[in-house]
Amino acid sequence: MKDKDQELLLEKLVVINVGVSGFADSLEQQEVEVIQVDWSPPAGGDEEMIDLLEKLL
Amino acid sequence: MASGFVIRKNQYYDSVFLMGVNKRLSQAEGVLQTAVLMGSDKNKQLLVDIGIGGDEITKANPNDLIVAVIGESAQVVESVLRELDHALHAFEENLSGPRIHSLEDAIAEKPHANLAVLSIPGEYVLREARKALEDGLNLFIFSSNVPIEGELELKELAAEKGLLVMGPDCGTSILGGTGIGFANVVNRGSIGAIGPSGTGLQEFTCQIHNAGYGISHAIGTGSHDLSDEIGGITTLQALEALEANAQTKVITIIAKPPGVATLALLLERIKGCSKPVVGCFLGARMETAEWGDTLAWAPTIDHAVLSAIQHVDEKQELAKLTLTNQERDLATNARASWTPEQRYVRGLFAGGTFCYQSQLILTEASIMTHSNAPLDPKNSLAHPDKSLEHTLIDMGDETYTFGKPHPMIDSTMRSKRILSEGRDPSVAVLLLDFILGYNASMDPVGDLLDAIFEAKQMKQQQGGELTVVASICGTDKDPQELDLQEKLLREAGVIVFHSNAKASLFCCELLKPVQESVS
Repeated sequence: MKDKDQELLLEKLVVINVGVSGFADSLEQQEVEVIQVDWSPPAGGDEEMIDLLEKLL
Repeated sequence: MASGFVIRKNQYYDSVFLMGVNKRLSQAEGVLQTAVLMGSDKNKQLLVDIGIGGDEITKANPNDLIVAVIGESAQVVESVLRELDHALHAFEENLSGPRIHSLEDAIAEKPHANLAVLSIPGEYVLREARKALEDGLNLFIFSSNVPIEGELELKELAAEKGLLVMGPDCGTSILGGTGIGFANVVNRGSIGAIGPSGTGLQEFTCQIHNAGYGISHAIGTGSHDLSDEIGGITTLQALEALEANAQTKVITIIAKPPGVATLALLLERIKGCSKPVVGCFLGARMETAEWGDTLAWAPTIDHAVLSAIQHVDEKQELAKLTLTNQERDLATNARASWTPEQRYVRGLFAGGTFCYQSQLILTEASIMTHSNAPLDPKNSLAHPDKSLEHTLIDMGDETYTFGKPHPMIDSTMRSKRILSEGRDPSVAVLLLDFILGYNASMDPVGDLLDAIFEAKQMKQQQGGELTVVASICGTDKDPQELDLQEKLLREAGVIVFHSNAKASLFCCELLKPVQESVS
């Protein structure tokens, strides 16, 4: 069986874009199926809170 | 002078959007400086550095938008901050449909996704990247400032799962004809490419297209992949993938010098490769005996292009990188217009690989250069803003991009530097690069034209002429219109090349007699 990294070169790309929305726009222009994640720092960027949440969830 | 700021709680925007707002606000009359950023600790320090501080700023968190303005009067500051609502409103209007705010929700929505692209602040990358890999997604990580041990962890996890991690600090990839990140629009073909050098990979793919050939896949690996800490994990995976890929006939690697152990490992792998490999390890020196039968050694990107083409088209001859007689005459004429004081080149690059390759070519011609990203640490500038004799600056270096978009998107820093170099009476030559393609500025030449004109005028007032040399990295299919960008440069009296190596060689020709008189 082929590794997924080799399959990536053969398959149609389906992209999850996390961050700069321009990257999703340029993929859409190329007719790539893409979903934009409007990301923001979890727990307001509070490192301790993020670690705590990760342990709880 | 007056200053002021507003804080918008829980309004997070990406750096490219913030740049757009910053640009709009800074253009208002009477504005001396603006800062539009999220409230991370590093950004808050930047604000303190320009005299904006206090309790409210200290309490802001990374999800809070901070907009600060320094203006000639309190009225200017107040009116600019009022304008903020219009700028943000314009953004909100572009949003339509339900919004997705987490990777988990996106995966639920698109369970068949095969690639996640991450462009978020470096300190948050590991968490999101781990989640993506656990869910079977390959990764393209544009973000920089990810700790090297974190990169190693991600790449080892990915390799275990048979997934690819392009990045962190990965600027470009072209997979099956689709450009990701900063990528040029190129024809498809049988030449494959791999590389940690983002702009190097871009110029390689453009030159292949411009010569009438095509790219199967170009796989960016991230700038640290060939360091001995990472050991080329992504490069080796990419090599294997391209070796197995039926469309790819030849594989080219474009990189700055790899770590010693990693280069040895890579060369061993290349020796066992069933397809020919062109290795362009800029600045790395090696005996012919070490190349093996499958490796063709290319000292510059231009050599790599010709060598790769030769593997798919035997009729193509390997030409030497050289200037035409006409180009030499052009150099002689340009030199004749300089004052006796004018003797130095200043290179201001958006592409880090171009800065590096130019240093190599100038050094080869015995022209010693200083840089903020030097070939040899002894030629490092004491301060990146203060040029010394021949100086080549990587404007994409962290010093210039911290909290700001890359110079391929935002020309502000490069414009300012062009003017300060123009003022220096010892400067004879300005060497620039212009990079087209997806996600780059839509008018990279237009962004710098005013500064180029002004610098040229300043030089004329000093009794001389400023010789401006530029390379354009782009194709006729790029959204910026290559012909138009080139025309704008030529009309401004700029000497234009389609490769950084040629532009650098031209600078050597310009400076050779000056150099000889110095030594």
